[in-house]
Amino acid sequence: MNAIEMKHVTKSYPAFTLSDVSLSLPSGCILGLVGENGAGKSTAIRLLLNGIARDSGEITILGRDNRSKEFVQTKEEIGIVLDEAYYPEVLSAGTVGKMMQHTYKSWQQDTFVKFLDRFSLSDKKQFKEYSRGMKMKLSIAVALSHQPRLLILDEATSGLDPIVRDEILEIFNDFTRQEDHSVLISSHITSDLEKISDYIAFLHQGRLLFCEEKDRLMEEYGILQTTVKSLSEVPPDAIIARREGKYATELLVKRALLSEAFDVERAGIEDIMLFLVKKEEV
Amino acid sequence: MEIIIRNSSSQPIYEQIYTQIKDLILNGALAEGDALPSIRGLAKDLRISVITTKRAYDELEREGFVNTVAGKGCFIAGANRELIHEENLKKIEAHMQAIRQLAKGCGITNEDLIEMFRILEVEE
Repeated sequence: MNAIEMKHVTKSYPAFTLSDVSLSLPSGCILGLVGENGAGKSTAIRLLLNGIARDSGEITILGRDNRSKEFVQTKEEIGIVLDEAYYPEVLSAGTVGKMMQHTYKSWQQDTFVKFLDRFSLSDKKQFKEYSRGMKMKLSIAVALSHQPRLLILDEATSGLDPIVRDEILEIFNDFTRQEDHSVLISSHITSDLEKISDYIAFLHQGRLLFCEEKDRLMEEYGILQTTVKSLSEVPPDAIIARREGKYATELLVKRALLSEAFDVERAGIEDIMLFLVKKEEV
Repeated sequence: MEIIIRNSSSQPIYEQIYTQIKDLILNGALAEGDALPSIRGLAKDLRISVITTKRAYDELEREGFVNTVAGKGCFIAGANRELIHEENLKKIEAHMQAIRQLAKGCGITNEDLIEMFRILEVEE
């Protein structure tokens, strides 16, 4: 079963269009959504939650159409973390917990308390005194404390230091130890997504360039450094994109089409992203 | 059981897992009937993709190294002697080729090599 399914979803604004996006997140997996600022990541996430209405297409989450009446019940099973946490400034973590008890039917106070403890968040301190990292941790604690089956995270790790980010990624990693738990995480920190994702979806200027298994991407693509002279030896159909430098040319290549003789380096998600975006601009 | 994943390696991750588990079976560290960790458990502990881990397990099963019992997990298959023998032969061949290349490079003849081998045997 797919935890998330988007089929040909389109949403138009006067200055921006998210066009014909189709992607799916198989249950039990982590899908990383990458793309530059303004690529449409947040729009896609808001469409998923039906926070904004789509113009056309279909969206099914945990087996339910997100426009159906019953979607309210499905929302109980979705843990959401947006890039900014919005809680009233004077509330403390303790009172946020009490508030959530009345918001979610499946709220588990003891889980929440455990997370506060794990994140070293005092339940007395007021929200306005929180650092960005603490705000994020509080949102994540809330998202995980009502027995969700799906986590949707919009830039949940941006603006945090590497240690906190790693700590948070580990929690998402642990969360998916259960087969029916899935995660959608958007970020422009590609290294984070490279660490934990099973699938990578790449949005660019409102269009989906690809949605593929991460390790397959890594196996399929590689970077090859060549000189102008030896460029002619590279089979043309193996070259996907190129970046000309003053002294050498860097190529994004399909590994499978090149012999062992070529010294192909590993291409990270970031390399693939940069090359493909450059190619689009040409 | 020890498995080391190198992200910088040009060998695909599923292949790294496949080879290392296969080696553990061939050198006897994993014996017939031993349970392998669950796919999901191993993936999460190694912090790698579940799909990739499944690919490695599928490959091991296809090659006859493990059996999957529905609902129970993956187990090391009964020693396929011929298979292991074949694997070891391949390894020996590879080593011999390396020796020959080295010897060629410094002018040592095949006879010298055989002589060296005899001396080794005697010393043992």
